Amino acid sequence: MAFIDYYKVLGVDKKASEKDIKSAYRKLARKYHPDLNPNDAEAHKKFQQLNEANEVLSDAEKRKKYDQYGENWQHGPEYEQARQQQSKGQSGGFGGSSSSGFEGFGGDDFSDFFQSMFGGAGGAGTRGGRQAKYRGQDFNAELRLGLKEAAETHKQTLTVNGKNIRITIPAGIENGQTIKIAGHGGAGVNGGPAGDLYITFLIADDPRFKRNGSDLYASAKLDIYTAVLGGEVTVDTLDSKVKIKVKPETQNGTKVKLKGKGLPVYKKEGQFGDLYITYEILIPTNLTEKQKKLFEEIREEVKGER
Amino acid sequence: MVNLIATKEISTYHDVEYTFINSLGEAGLVKLKVIKKDTYIPETELQKLEKMIRMHHELDINVAGIEAIIHLLDRVEHMQEELRMLRNRVR
Repeated sequence: MAFIDYYKVLGVDKKASEKDIKSAYRKLARKYHPDLNPNDAEAHKKFQQLNEANEVLSDAEKRKKYDQYGENWQHGPEYEQARQQQSKGQSGGFGGSSSSGFEGFGGDDFSDFFQSMFGGAGGAGTRGGRQAKYRGQDFNAELRLGLKEAAETHKQTLTVNGKNIRITIPAGIENGQTIKIAGHGGAGVNGGPAGDLYITFLIADDPRFKRNGSDLYASAKLDIYTAVLGGEVTVDTLDSKVKIKVKPETQNGTKVKLKGKGLPVYKKEGQFGDLYITYEILIPTNLTEKQKKLFEEIREEVKGER
Repeated sequence: MVNLIATKEISTYHDVEYTFINSLGEAGLVKLKVIKKDTYIPETELQKLEKMIRMHHELDINVAGIEAIIHLLDRVEHMQEELRMLRNRVR
C-alpha cells in the first residue's frame, strides 16, 4: 500500500487555502468528471483520486491528521485498527463472478491508503462530494467470449451483488459492444428506480478468421496442381469444415465467397454473413530432376505457342 | 407503460430549482409530460436528467452549457462507436 500525495493530486502546495483547494478540485473535476468522459476508465480513475484528495484536504480535521502523519502514516493509530478490520471482509464494490470471466469494475471505493488512515470507508452516501442519486447507480461489467460463443445465442447466469440474473446474449455480438440489462444496477433511493447493468463484451480473436461485422475472412493454401488443373480443397468454417470446388487456372489471391458461412447478423434471426476465402498458391520446392524437367517441358511448350 | 415521476419530487430530492428542470425540458434535453398542470418525467429519462443535475451541481454548469455539452457528448459517443467498429476491422 503506497502513500498518496493528495496535494499533488490536486496540484496545490501544502499551504493552499480552503479556497485554493476548492477551486483546484472544481477545475480538475470539470476535466475528469465521468459524465463528461463516457467510456473512459482512465478519466473515471482520475476523478476518483480527485474525490479522495478533496475529501481529505477539504475537511479540516482529516487534513490535519494527514499533514501530521504524512509519509509516516503507518505509525498512525488508525492504521493498526484498519489492519485488524481488513480481515473482516471487503466493503462495497461490484463483486460479480461467473464461469466465463465476468469482470466487474466501477467500484466506488477509496484507496486502501485512505481506508487505513481514516479508518474504513467513509460511508457510501457521503463519499467524494458526489451526491446520492434518486435513481440507482449504473453498474458496468465486462464479459469475455470466444468468437465461436459469439456466434450462438446463449443464456448465461451472472452473479451481480449476490443476486443471480439470467441474461440472453444475442448471437453476432461484436467486440466492444455493450448491452444494457435494465433495472439490474444499484437500488434507487426513496422509491426511485434502480439503475441499469451495462455489460461490455470482449471477443477474443480467432487466429483462423478475421471478422468484419458478420462477415469472416480466411485464407486457404492451394497446391499449384490444384490451382492449375482444378479440384477440391477443404476449408475451415467457424464450426466445421467444407469442401469447395476449385476452378482450373485459379490465380493466386483469388477470393471466393461462401454464402451464409459467416456469423449470424446481430438481432436478425435467420440472417448470416458470408465467409470469404482467399487462395494462397504454394509454389513447390525441393523439386527432383524429373519434376524440373517436366516444368521445363511446359515452359518450352508455352514458348512455342507465342 | 413507462412510469412517470413528478418533477417536483425530483427537484426536492436533488435540491434543484423547478425552473431548472423546466428549462432543460424547453431546450429539448429531456422529455417532460404535463398532466393537469403538473409536470412529470418518464422513468426512462431520469438517467439523462440526473446527469444534467450533476453537471449543474458538481461543476457549476448552466443550462446553456449543459445544452452544448450534451450535443458534443452525443457526437463523442457516436465517434467512439465508429472507432470501435473501425478498430475491429483492422484487428
